[in-house]
Amino acid sequence: MDGWNRLTAHELVDRMNRRECSSEEVVRSVLDAIQSKDGPIHGYLSVDPEDALAQARAADTARRNGVSGRLMGVPVAVKDVLNVRGQSCTCASRILKGYTAPYDATAIARLRAEGAIFLGRTNMDEFAMGSTTENSAYGVTRNPWDLGRVPGGSSGGSAAVVAADEAIVAIGTDTGGSIRQPASFCGCVGLKPTYGRVSRYGLTAYASSLDQIGPMAKDVRDAALLFEIMSGHDPMDSSSLPEAVPAAGDLLVPDLKGIRLGLPAEYFVSGMDADVERCVRHAVQQCKDLGAEIVEVSLPHTRAAIATYYIIATAEASANLARFDGVRYGTRATGANEPIELYKRTRAEGFGPEVKRRIILGTYVLSSGYYDAYYVTAQKVRSLIREDFGKAFSQCDAILAPVSPTAAYQIGEKSEDPLQMYLGDIFTVPVNLAGICGLSVPCGFTGAGLPVGLQVIGPALGEMIVLKAGAAFEKVSCAAGRRPGLM
Amino acid sequence: MTKYKATIGLEVHVQLKTRTKMFCGCSTSFGAPPNTQVCPVCLGYPGSLPVMNGEAIRLTVMAGLMLGCRVNPFSKFDRKNYFYPDMPKNYQISQYDKPLCLGGGVDVEMGEQTRRIGLTRIHLEEDVAKNLHMATWSGIDFNRAGVPLMEIVSEPELSTPDEAMAYLQTLRQILVYAGVSECNMEEGNLRCDVNVSVRPEEQSALGTKIEIKNLNTFKGVHGALVYEIARQIAAVQAGEPIRQETRRWDSEMEETFPMRTKEEAHDYRYFPEPDLMPVSLPARWVRQWESELPELPATRRDRFITQYGIPEYDAKVLSADRAIGEYFEAAVRVSRHAKAISNWVMTDVLRVLAERAVSIEKFPIAAAELAELVELAETRQINSNTARTVFEVMLGGGGKASDIVRERGLTQVSDAGAIEVIVRQAIESNPKSVEDYRNGKEAAMKFLIGQVMRASKGKANPQMASELLGRMLGPPSS
Repeated sequence: MDGWNRLTAHELVDRMNRRECSSEEVVRSVLDAIQSKDGPIHGYLSVDPEDALAQARAADTARRNGVSGRLMGVPVAVKDVLNVRGQSCTCASRILKGYTAPYDATAIARLRAEGAIFLGRTNMDEFAMGSTTENSAYGVTRNPWDLGRVPGGSSGGSAAVVAADEAIVAIGTDTGGSIRQPASFCGCVGLKPTYGRVSRYGLTAYASSLDQIGPMAKDVRDAALLFEIMSGHDPMDSSSLPEAVPAAGDLLVPDLKGIRLGLPAEYFVSGMDADVERCVRHAVQQCKDLGAEIVEVSLPHTRAAIATYYIIATAEASANLARFDGVRYGTRATGANEPIELYKRTRAEGFGPEVKRRIILGTYVLSSGYYDAYYVTAQKVRSLIREDFGKAFSQCDAILAPVSPTAAYQIGEKSEDPLQMYLGDIFTVPVNLAGICGLSVPCGFTGAGLPVGLQVIGPALGEMIVLKAGAAFEKVSCAAGRRPGLM
Repeated sequence: MTKYKATIGLEVHVQLKTRTKMFCGCSTSFGAPPNTQVCPVCLGYPGSLPVMNGEAIRLTVMAGLMLGCRVNPFSKFDRKNYFYPDMPKNYQISQYDKPLCLGGGVDVEMGEQTRRIGLTRIHLEEDVAKNLHMATWSGIDFNRAGVPLMEIVSEPELSTPDEAMAYLQTLRQILVYAGVSECNMEEGNLRCDVNVSVRPEEQSALGTKIEIKNLNTFKGVHGALVYEIARQIAAVQAGEPIRQETRRWDSEMEETFPMRTKEEAHDYRYFPEPDLMPVSLPARWVRQWESELPELPATRRDRFITQYGIPEYDAKVLSADRAIGEYFEAAVRVSRHAKAISNWVMTDVLRVLAERAVSIEKFPIAAAELAELVELAETRQINSNTARTVFEVMLGGGGKASDIVRERGLTQVSDAGAIEVIVRQAIESNPKSVEDYRNGKEAAMKFLIGQVMRASKGKANPQMASELLGRMLGPPSS
């Protein structure tokens, strides 16, 4: 049978365990899909077919020798911001061109321990800064549903390759919506876990207090499987949470009886795309039909979230990206006579405009005389946003919301107006600021046939509630399992 | 003529005695080939994260407790942002507004009086790498990057270079005592930034502050202060304004030179380190550490004087080094002859340590064994010459003093009858000396005692021999 690439990880593991197919066959089918489709989509920055096949054969041998693993022989596409030992990790930036990761990120090591195969690096906005993947130094990724449109971002490459069946599952990162929004734009499932659930060790930092690694998949069950494998305490990350992670198998529920789902008034505002609102409201009705109780909740500080996010994230980024100076690794500008000149040239040549914009903004908000007005105030507002969610979760188990006010837009449509693009993150950034979890699950299509995602937001450590709700909804969603009809 | 007064404050950076670095597991040992003690964390590789070294926190708090600081129940780390090739991340993880320790002071003896020099704070940070400049190129050794550094900031309460030296020496002794740092200057364990200003004596407002950075010897601190105070006074007298600036000390030229002016100084843009959680020290930990504190050197010295009745000089020598003091006390617990033990430690033990260039921990004679030897000598079971011989045997690993004395038959002869036989022989065999003694030559008596000792193979009680000789010869006719 051809078309192994269209299956999910849990389906493939079952089939490989029954010897219906080998990992080598699966990897070959994915490589074939990449070969035939990735030219115009450009979801991958690099793929190493030989290495992937070698890993696959090793997994097949291991399986024959009785070695088991929850992802034994399953290829996983990895966003170019995560360190995989021996592979490049450019963060879609010129400044890290030629850089080879010397170690595995903790999340990668845990996937590897379960037999995962790392076959390629997916495109992204440079250093995860952006919402369209247009900010990549290595070219834009196109949305498989409409090649004229963006896939979302910053994990746009991961979302696109999953949607186009150029991958079985992918890993993304989410600092302000970078997993959920591209998942919504590309019609796949994406989970942003609670801050601290998945170790950040080995994730090239954008905004340390907001970054989280999460899965991007074709169904909720795969997302849950990858989440379960990657999460759990890691002594290498001081912000890693000690709490044990419940088994993903527990999430299969027939309905949503006894579950209270909140609808925040502030998330259904004028200016939202009518098709998006229709899809999300329909999804809410479907959840009600599944037995959920729908309650009104309020998140009054939502309107301050974007400003707060762009102060905190850029402040942290300005320090996190200071290490890219051409001294120890990555590219180094030529012609400099002294260190400061070397820094200036390397960084001027190495960083793209959006990264520079955010470094300058972050440097500014931390500057003497402005620190209290910006950074300190933003931290206070962040507390208020966290409290908003605390109050809301006293009235409900999870919150239903749109992921983005719009579906995927045209390439170039917003890249000239950063502020407009920033405003598109309004429904996702509050979740990062509060450190809680959120899931994007496909819930419908716009009139133009573009996917729309439903966001299920859970409290801290509430991934199982969110995944259960998502899995129950997925069964009735008209969008579940739908693939772009390209080519 | 106007008299001038200097105001001096010191920032002392102390390398803590930890096995591993501040935020990773790399070794802190000194002298390894360049860039052999490094990992993704201390090289600032993408994706690496810091994890706090608990021992560094404990040692800093121990230092704070020794110096009478308040331990901050809530402390945190911050990022200090600036670009320099020796900084792997181009920010240093340090502590800005919530250091581990606040206040406290150092009691410094300056001549006859003791002055308490106040401390502002003690905070913890990571060290930077070391830039090495060759003729045509430069290199960076990251072995030192990430080594835990404690910074002790004094109040500006010192006024002369000598006072600054006394402060540093006292501080260093306390830190070594507390086991917080080796304070090894050659290995750069202790480095100092100096702040100094001058003003006319009658003026209350402080003069413009000059900072001299990165002094790594006490001599350098002294030299830099002497030079800088004179330079500033000369400038003020000449009516030249003193610009606030950072200067460096050139030990070859014995002068300070400007590094950069404060106007151009960096805005470090401190903000809380998001990769580390704040430090909330449980009170019971602090109490536990407090109970493990050694006493201060000066306290121990005073206690030695009152508790053991030894002279101040002895007490000072014995308390200068924590381990020597502990050796002394361990010996005194076995033999109550404190002054005799003090003499043995100060002369023989310290001499051997100096000759062999080893620390007391490697000294072959345990405190209790030395005490036994002292006990034998003090109770006249062996005489002092024999004691010295036994000491040498013990140094060579000869075993316990009592065993050596028994095996070699060295017990002092205090039997009057036995000594009398030998004394009589000595008088009979040395008529010339007897003659001389009777004619008032004091030296003749010493010779005769020597003969008795030799005849007894050193075992005769010299005091008894001397008394018997005196009695048998009668008083000299003078």
